[in-house]
Amino acid sequence: MTTLLVAEHDDGAIAEASARALTAARELGGDVHVLIAGKDCAAAANAAAGLEGVAKVLTAEADGLAHGLAEPTAALIVSLADGYDAIVAAATASGKNIMPRVAALLDVMQISDITAVVAPDTFERPIYAGNAVETVKTADARRIVTVRAAAFRAADAGAAPAPIEAVAVPALPDGTAFVSAELTKSARPELTSARIVVSGGRAFQSAENFNKYLEPLADKLNAAIGASRAAVDAGYAPNNLQVGQTGKVVAPDLYIACGISGAIQHLAGMKDARVIVAINKDPDAPIFAIADYGLVGDVFEILPELEKAL
Amino acid sequence: MKILVAIKRVVDFNVKVRVKPDGSGIDLANVKMSMNPFDEIAVEEALRLREAGKAEEVVVVSVGPAAAAETIRAGLAMGADRGILVKTDERMEPLAVAKVLKAVAVNEQPGLVILGKQAIDDDCNQTGQMLAALTGWPQGTFASKVEVGDGRVTVTREIDGGLETLSLAIPAVITTDLRLNEPRYASLPNIMKAKKKPVAETTPADLGIDVAPRVTVIKVAEPPARRAGAKVTSVAELVDKLKNEASVL
Repeated sequence: MTTLLVAEHDDGAIAEASARALTAARELGGDVHVLIAGKDCAAAANAAAGLEGVAKVLTAEADGLAHGLAEPTAALIVSLADGYDAIVAAATASGKNIMPRVAALLDVMQISDITAVVAPDTFERPIYAGNAVETVKTADARRIVTVRAAAFRAADAGAAPAPIEAVAVPALPDGTAFVSAELTKSARPELTSARIVVSGGRAFQSAENFNKYLEPLADKLNAAIGASRAAVDAGYAPNNLQVGQTGKVVAPDLYIACGISGAIQHLAGMKDARVIVAINKDPDAPIFAIADYGLVGDVFEILPELEKAL
Repeated sequence: MKILVAIKRVVDFNVKVRVKPDGSGIDLANVKMSMNPFDEIAVEEALRLREAGKAEEVVVVSVGPAAAAETIRAGLAMGADRGILVKTDERMEPLAVAKVLKAVAVNEQPGLVILGKQAIDDDCNQTGQMLAALTGWPQGTFASKVEVGDGRVTVTREIDGGLETLSLAIPAVITTDLRLNEPRYASLPNIMKAKKKPVAETTPADLGIDVAPRVTVIKVAEPPARRAGAKVTSVAELVDKLKNEASVL
């Protein structure tokens, strides 16, 4: 059997989430080919070719593939599907956007957000915001799977680079036009792959406080910054920092939850962290029920003190 | 323009679900059920577009058991004009729902179909994208802003790095993210009025759709439990524990 991994890339690098999804793809047991689609793919293709366990890299270059839009990218993947028993991508915003479209075009029921490969047709995945884990077996001949990146380690560099092959790009649908993107630039580690995450909630009361108190701590720890839904809804932090059931799922070595009460939807996004620290004024906040270390107190007093003590 | 909104009846978001002792699924007996929160946002967006004069009619559709009629009434009480219940007791997978919704869309000819981006029970995040694929319509998923123009709709989407704005040819499929809007509560007069609004009933078989599941649930288990650790009394103690006990600093 052969598996096609649809990789995300940016500025010539392969997304960490895709390198993690590669590990899951390899657990399916067959050869893994990596698809790099876009406008200018050479550097990313070289990066993918250097990962362990990649048998071949396919590149597809066209203007219509430039922004990773779902409609053209899905059409491309469907044109390649005949050669593959499984098609895999990371369950990122992009993977979640594109893969169900591919699945429906191929009349396959997708398995979303897997956290373990039990057998090539059997997977574990969280449901109900991670309050239950289901084991599912698919009867579809071709499997389409998205992978929860936090549940798999990233593939290492391989010994010898895999061959790179350009594939033909089919006629692409053009009903969707890219208008603009507003991307948050940050010198900090990426939220979903950072070793340490410091995360803030409603307790900060303003965007100004959110930044003023969390940034020095994140700088000191070389940590990514995350946020609860309450903090994002209130405008203290941008949407791409939201950790939770429908935001980003993280599993860092250390997660420091500051002024976050711990709604189940938030816990769904961080409860697989190795060590959880909770700092909250309310001693009965649900976050303390899953924290390894809890400190009751005001974030405005504790965070500066913590930053100095590190 | 007509807007079709797909809504799902799910366990209320405040309920802490319990796995059945035999591992066969989630215990749903006597559990409060509500409209999927993302679908409430979808209904709200459709109503706002109608109120802004961008649409004439909002139709809510739900695919599920007879009790899904309550969810349709909830959508009508928010202000939708009429409902369609596609009744089935089958365990409905997103692909099957998308096929049913396509059949409904072919009958109704909406300009937009708006759905929640994911249901908070199975957390699949698939149905809208699948419906877009089956209809061949453009998709604007995880929307945080929707602006209807002449023959096109501009959708701002929440993506991993920030926001992305797309322009889609109509008809199109949109799925909602959390910050698209804040859904209204149904007022008592509107709840009363909703009882008189028309709800059509059909079945997947009537629509000619095979909804047999493709995926077998082998078991459902509790996730590994995480126990509360210790409370520390000072920042110094916290730093010491993180360094010397957890070895994480």
